[in-house]
Amino acid sequence: MSEENVNADVAALPFEAALKELEGIVARLERGDVPLEESIAIYTRGEALKARCDALLKQAEARIERITLGADGKPTGTTPLDVDN
Amino acid sequence: MERESQPAAGNAPEWSVSDLSGALKRTIEDNFGFVRVRGEISGYRGPVASGHVYFSLKDTNAKIDAVIWKGVFGRLKTRPQEGLEVIATGKITTFAGKSSYQIVIDSLEPAGVGALMALLEERRKRLAAEGLFAEERKQLIPYLPSVIGVVTSPTGAVIRDILHRLEDRFPRRVLVWPVRVQGETSAAEVANAITGFNALPPGGKIPRPDVIIVARGGGSLEDLMSFNEEIVVRAAAASDIPLVSAVGHETDTTLIDFAADLRAPTPTGAAEKVVPVRAELMGFVADLARRHAGAMLRLSDRRRNDLRALARALPGPEAVLSGPRQRLDLAAARLAPALARNARAHELALQGLSRRLEARSPRVALARLKAELAGFARVLAAARGNAIAAERTRIAHARERLATLEARARNAFGQSLVQRRDRATALSQRAERAFGQGVNRRVDRVGSLWALVRSLGPEAVLARGYALIRDEAGALVRSIGEAQPGRALSVQLADGRFDVTVAGGEPGTSRPAPRSAARKGSGSTTQGDLF
Repeated sequence: MSEENVNADVAALPFEAALKELEGIVARLERGDVPLEESIAIYTRGEALKARCDALLKQAEARIERITLGADGKPTGTTPLDVDN
Repeated sequence: MERESQPAAGNAPEWSVSDLSGALKRTIEDNFGFVRVRGEISGYRGPVASGHVYFSLKDTNAKIDAVIWKGVFGRLKTRPQEGLEVIATGKITTFAGKSSYQIVIDSLEPAGVGALMALLEERRKRLAAEGLFAEERKQLIPYLPSVIGVVTSPTGAVIRDILHRLEDRFPRRVLVWPVRVQGETSAAEVANAITGFNALPPGGKIPRPDVIIVARGGGSLEDLMSFNEEIVVRAAAASDIPLVSAVGHETDTTLIDFAADLRAPTPTGAAEKVVPVRAELMGFVADLARRHAGAMLRLSDRRRNDLRALARALPGPEAVLSGPRQRLDLAAARLAPALARNARAHELALQGLSRRLEARSPRVALARLKAELAGFARVLAAARGNAIAAERTRIAHARERLATLEARARNAFGQSLVQRRDRATALSQRAERAFGQGVNRRVDRVGSLWALVRSLGPEAVLARGYALIRDEAGALVRSIGEAQPGRALSVQLADGRFDVTVAGGEPGTSRPAPRSAARKGSGSTTQGDLF
């Protein structure tokens, strides 16, 4: 249960940071010089990071909106925009 | 002369100056009510106190005065400046009072690409000097933005290209801020859009973009002018959200490109710069995940193998214990002797220490002090003996001197005594002699005096027939007053005495003694009888 706490920050990491950390963990594990306890801990974190990256990559919805402007040139909201028409 | 000129004057109508000026003014202003004239600005006088602007337009041969009214000047897109070649649009007006004309300019544009480029270069240098294009102002473009803001026309090829490329690479949420990309209001709209995106609060109703693309398709230099305007450049430089510029074709450079955090050659290029390719990333992440699992697996495999190898290499308990046991036996055997040796060593050390302690004990110190004290006592006794002897010698000496002195004194005293005795004897003899002589002399004198006394004494007087009369008490009666009648008196004569009683008397008159004169009248005595 403490594992989840330790890796709670992963859920807020931006994609690039998560990816970079995952790369670092993989590299360390591949070098094979990590003490056993730590290797398990970072492996768990690696799993979490991979899940975070996957989740971010899955959020690939294309939502195209157009800002609607008031008379004073300030934005008032958005409307969907279809450019192919 | 007058006659010759007369007929000529007669043919031509006569104008007043005002009429002529008015006619010229109408002619000129009717015919040149709208002109475009190209020339170089010369003698520029900025907005004067009234706000109007005056200068001349000239080319190689001619020159015309020009004025821009205050209201027009504020709307101009191209600021007139000395030496700038411009195309001015306006009308010609005349000044009747001065018979001069000028062009009143309504709009102004730089003449030709060269002039425009010079203007832009000047502006670029000025803004660069302010630090708006400095490298350290540049921000990093996020690797994977969740919201992309696009400032461009909402219709046309540009937005379509951007969205298609985003779709191909990594579909994202896109907010398009619609603006006009050329024309009078274009620059203000673009600047407002950039500022507006930055003003969106994070987590608000409209999501704040993580990156902004400012895009426009290709066009002439004049078409792209909005993106050279100072307000646009300043808005781009001030943007807190990383900004990618994509204006015109790859060869076109506008000033916003200098202020942007990143310049993309085309709108499509901008889309490529702001998002990674999703498929590639998915492949990359999958690959990493495989390596991750594999590495962990290999790691545990290797550890298991190592463990196994070590377990095999582990000797049996007997083998493990035999060595230590042997060492224990050896040690046990050596324990007792070692203990004794150790004790002896300590004993020796103790003895050494006690000897040293003894040497330092108070008894030893005391003995040493006593010896010192005895030495001192001896010295003291010797010194005392010496002192006493010396004192005795001194006393003996003194005594001797005293005896001597005493003898001398006694001698001296004896002599003096003898002398004194002799003197005393002599003196006594002299005294005796003197005394004897004195006594004899005095005896003689006494004899003679005594004879005198006797001759003068009462007895002698009595012998001569005088009597002494005394009262009962024996006191002499000297006055007649004392010899009251009846009184018993005694009369002494030289050869005896007899008693009488006074019978009467009277006071004497001849030669009474002064002493008894007072008493003469008081009574009569027997003395009267005697005389």
